[in-house]
Amino acid sequence: MNRSVRKYFSIFLLPTFLAFILGFVIPFITGLYLSFCKFTTVRDAKFIGLSNYIKMFSDNTFLHSLWYTSLFTVFAVVTINVIAFSIALLLTRNIKGTNIFRTVFFMPNLIGGIVLGYIWQLIFNGILLYFDKTLTFSASYGFFGLLILLNWQQIGYMMIIYIAGISNIPPDVIEAAKIDGATNFQILKKVTIPMVMPSVTISVFLTLTNSFKLFDQNLALTAGEPSGKSEMLALNIYNTFYGRAGFEGVGQAKAVIFFIIVALVALLQLYFTRRKEVQA
Amino acid sequence: MQKTKRIISVCLVLCMVCLMCVGCSSDDSNASGASVAKVYYLNFKPEQAQDWEKLASVYTDETGVEVTVVTAASDTYESTLKSEIAKTDAPTLFQVNGPVGLQTWKDYCYDLSKTSLYTKLKSDDFALKGENDEVLAIAYVIETYGIIYNKKLLEDYINTEGAVIKSANEINNFDTLKAVAEDIQSKKEELGIEGAFTSAGMDSSSDWRFKTHLANLPVYYEYLDEKVEKSEAIKGTYLENYKNIWDLYINNSTVEPSMLSSKTGDDASSEFALGEAVFYQNGTWAYNDITGYEVADEDIGILPIYIGVENEEQQGLCTGSENYWCINKNASKEDIEATIKFLDWVITSEEGKKALSQDMGFVTPFSTFTDEYVADNPLLKAANEYIAQGKKPVAWTFTTMPSEQWKDGVGSALLEYAQGTKEWSAVEDAFIGGWATEYKAANSE
Repeated sequence: MNRSVRKYFSIFLLPTFLAFILGFVIPFITGLYLSFCKFTTVRDAKFIGLSNYIKMFSDNTFLHSLWYTSLFTVFAVVTINVIAFSIALLLTRNIKGTNIFRTVFFMPNLIGGIVLGYIWQLIFNGILLYFDKTLTFSASYGFFGLLILLNWQQIGYMMIIYIAGISNIPPDVIEAAKIDGATNFQILKKVTIPMVMPSVTISVFLTLTNSFKLFDQNLALTAGEPSGKSEMLALNIYNTFYGRAGFEGVGQAKAVIFFIIVALVALLQLYFTRRKEVQA
Repeated sequence: MQKTKRIISVCLVLCMVCLMCVGCSSDDSNASGASVAKVYYLNFKPEQAQDWEKLASVYTDETGVEVTVVTAASDTYESTLKSEIAKTDAPTLFQVNGPVGLQTWKDYCYDLSKTSLYTKLKSDDFALKGENDEVLAIAYVIETYGIIYNKKLLEDYINTEGAVIKSANEINNFDTLKAVAEDIQSKKEELGIEGAFTSAGMDSSSDWRFKTHLANLPVYYEYLDEKVEKSEAIKGTYLENYKNIWDLYINNSTVEPSMLSSKTGDDASSEFALGEAVFYQNGTWAYNDITGYEVADEDIGILPIYIGVENEEQQGLCTGSENYWCINKNASKEDIEATIKFLDWVITSEEGKKALSQDMGFVTPFSTFTDEYVADNPLLKAANEYIAQGKKPVAWTFTTMPSEQWKDGVGSALLEYAQGTKEWSAVEDAFIGGWATEYKAANSE
């Protein structure tokens, strides 16, 4: 059995491999190449070397967006994971109606980002109306608005991952801890959290990359106003690509840098949280 | 050994199947591309999307030539065009918005000088030419904007005590407009309205009215002073006037200035259509949005946008075009021919002329559109009256604005000024400084 699989594995892999080449490798390499070109459409690219990467810093919007996005990511990762984990703890305690609560918390995740953005824009502006302000009054309004929105959307999803992790903890480990006289807090700290580290890894990874790559919510909620100060990286790249004639290559160069940053941060995070994972 | 052979044979079979599939499909597209010419129009104006589709199907029924009309959603034309034109089945007919837009697409434009589209054009003013005098783009609709007003509400105001004017005709300069607007605003309860002006919304569905159309006036007058038609750097001679009219809009409106960012284009048009405001800056294309509600057609009038320059009593409405047709040079020869024929049919046939003038309500620059093809639109009639009175139309200089980024910069600054988070100097920076940097950025190699 094993031997025949080993012999035929290349054939079984072929369709996926082809799809991977067509859907990822080729576009990726094209994109990389385009970042060194001047072009209007992807078909008339002209190689110009590194000048796109230099032009990228000609206005400081890119650095501002990078800084703003990083700050946002830190806030989002911490709040989403802490809240999602707390809710998961609550909903694994055999409370009545657990399933209903789980469904309710998960629901926001089913709504698309752009719709969510507009819904929350209405809500926020409705509240700010009492103070004669709107979301675009300052960049920090946009920041916290986006944070609330993303929390609302992602907590349910991360909660499900944590619930799966928590329910997988063998009861005998907890029981043993109890017999040894551990308090609830000690059980949480010494048993539950180390045992759900695989869930933490995946949840932190998802929230990290999602908040770094946030686009549609940003576009719908503030569209970068006021004066591009609430513009996150993905939106900045989009605006560069379409905002001026001749800046398509610069947008592409920003996208390459963006990819490198996201990949680096995500790999570092995986490396560090993986090390904390334990086997029962 | 046996197994290895089998693997190899399976691989070969797979390869052959793949090749066959690829071969067949490319054969198919070649065959259809060669025998049947197609027209693919990427339309800019969402308001007329359905009318174009209807007209296209009439043409297909008549001639058998397939005409596809795709309309880009509001504010996404450039991005849609960029991705569509890179495809194998690229648009054969697309639009640019003026000289600056043409700069991006000039390498894709077919020379139109030998087409009937050009020979039937009333004046060369409506064509955009390349360096060697080739005709690259032709305007197909002429539009006009100004301050649309509600005649009945203005009449109500004139009848109030202490009104500053006795007839609407007296509003022929900025000072009178300002006095009237401010007086209306202070009497809004008495008049039963929400404000003098509709909300100057800075949502993306509405902000172009100010960052582009209103900004046209200071640019126009500066060009006039400098005797140029475009510029690498703007001096901002008339920015003070721009500030005055913007102040007037935001301080005498249906909403507080701080609430502008969330107000949309629909908000403004409905405020006007429901008779909640007297003045509404927009153009002839807005007629369909405001007719049929509270305001009767005969009560819709339009005023020039006065910003307080000398002799502005003689100023007319802002008239021009930002809709130019271009034919894709890279399309197949047959498709180009078919597109030229289709356009010829659109501007010469009875159905085409009717659709353009009546259904879509366009005023076109083509000589085939004689007097009986005038759209039934009170705003157009008013616009023609201004021209008949000898008022000087304001040209659309905003087609020479350096980039979208520049408009966005001005728009953001206008919003921040309105909500009080920045001084007017931010608008000046975005307008003057932004122009220089954006012009350099957009025109550098």
